[in-house]
Formats: sequence, structure tokens, C-alpha cells
Amino acid sequence: MARILGVDIPNDKVISIALTYLFGIGKTTSKMICEEAKVEPLVKTKDLTDEEISRITSIIEKRCVVEGQLRRQISQNIQRLKDIACYRGLRHRRGLPVRGQRTRSNARTRKGPRRTVAGKKSIKSMR
Amino acid sequence: MGRSVKKGPYIDAKVMKKIARQKQESDRSPIKTWARACTIPPDFVGHTFEVHTGKHFQRVFVTEEMVGHKLGEFAPTRTFRGHSGRRR
Repeated sequence: MARILGVDIPNDKVISIALTYLFGIGKTTSKMICEEAKVEPLVKTKDLTDEEISRITSIIEKRCVVEGQLRRQISQNIQRLKDIACYRGLRHRRGLPVRGQRTRSNARTRKGPRRTVAGKKSIKSMR
Repeated sequence: MGRSVKKGPYIDAKVMKKIARQKQESDRSPIKTWARACTIPPDFVGHTFEVHTGKHFQRVFVTEEMVGHKLGEFAPTRTFRGHSGRRR
């Protein structure tokens, strides 16, 4: 098992897929990295030489923001919106959808599990 | 869809004029405005606005971080005080 950039240990999958186990690297970025490191994207990770792995690592370090740093960047961006108290920031604070989606129904990803209100008529009881 | 880059950001001409005058007189009194769609350029930093919410004027002090947002983003138009009977 190879170790790329600290903790992440992609297994015996093909390298272009194994790289996507890093937070911040998807298939597109992964392919770009392989191309630039001159590594065949369909080689299994275990078959890579140490030299190839170090080339991949250096490219990721140079080109991409991944893992902890990316997570920090994202939460900083959100914190900025909250601090300036703009509309998007207020939506983040309340845990509601930020980009103008409807909230009368759906929006469960942001709102979390349904909180049923006692005494409110459900569709079943109305029939 | 975003606004065409060719046109540049929408900055309300009247507000801009007022800011220019305030800059000369180094005056920082609040500017009353209905131009919620006006993008905040760097020139607005440090000035105070009173942005119309449809009902009253919300006082907004513009800081550096607010540049690029619109005036209306800082003056919410809806009041939601929670549903009845929900314990807090």
C-alpha cells in the first residue's frame, strides 16, 4: 500500500482511481496528474515505482489544494460569509439552502431529519 | 447566470455620485438608498448606507470584506420569528 501525502493510503486500485481517495481530487484532476507525471493512468498503485510516486506527490503538492488545507479553505470561505452577515451568510447560519432553493418542501439535506409538529394535519388525515 | 463582464458590475449612478461628493467633503453620514442591486465597489468602504428593505431602512456599514457583494445582501427583506408553539 502506497502512502501519498501523509495519511491517505490508496490500495491496489488503478492509480487514476486511487488518487481520487484524496479529498479534493476527482477523476479529472487525477487524470491530469497522471499525464503530467508521465505515469500510465491504468497501472495498479502497487506496481508503481517509488520514483513515480514521488513525482505524483510533488505535482499534487505544487498544483492542488487537498485534504486539510482544502477543508480549511472551504470553512474559511463560509465563515467569511457569516461574518459579513450577507444573505448567503445568514442562510449558512440557519442551516437552510443558500442558493435560493425552495424550502416549503424538500431541502432535507440542509435541514436534516423532519421534525414533526404535533397537531398539524398530515395528508393522510385530511382524506 | 452571471452578468456580462463587458458591462462591468452594476453600480448605481446616483449612489456613486453621492459617494464622490462625500469623499471630497470627507463626510461619513449614512446614504439612504433603494438601490439594493448595486454592487459594492472598493470606493464604498468605510461609508454607511441605509438600504431599503421594502419597509424600513437597514443601516449597513461597508467593510472591505463586503466588496463585490450587493447592497441588498446586507438588508434582509423577510422577518421570520419562528413557528408558533415550537419550544426553543
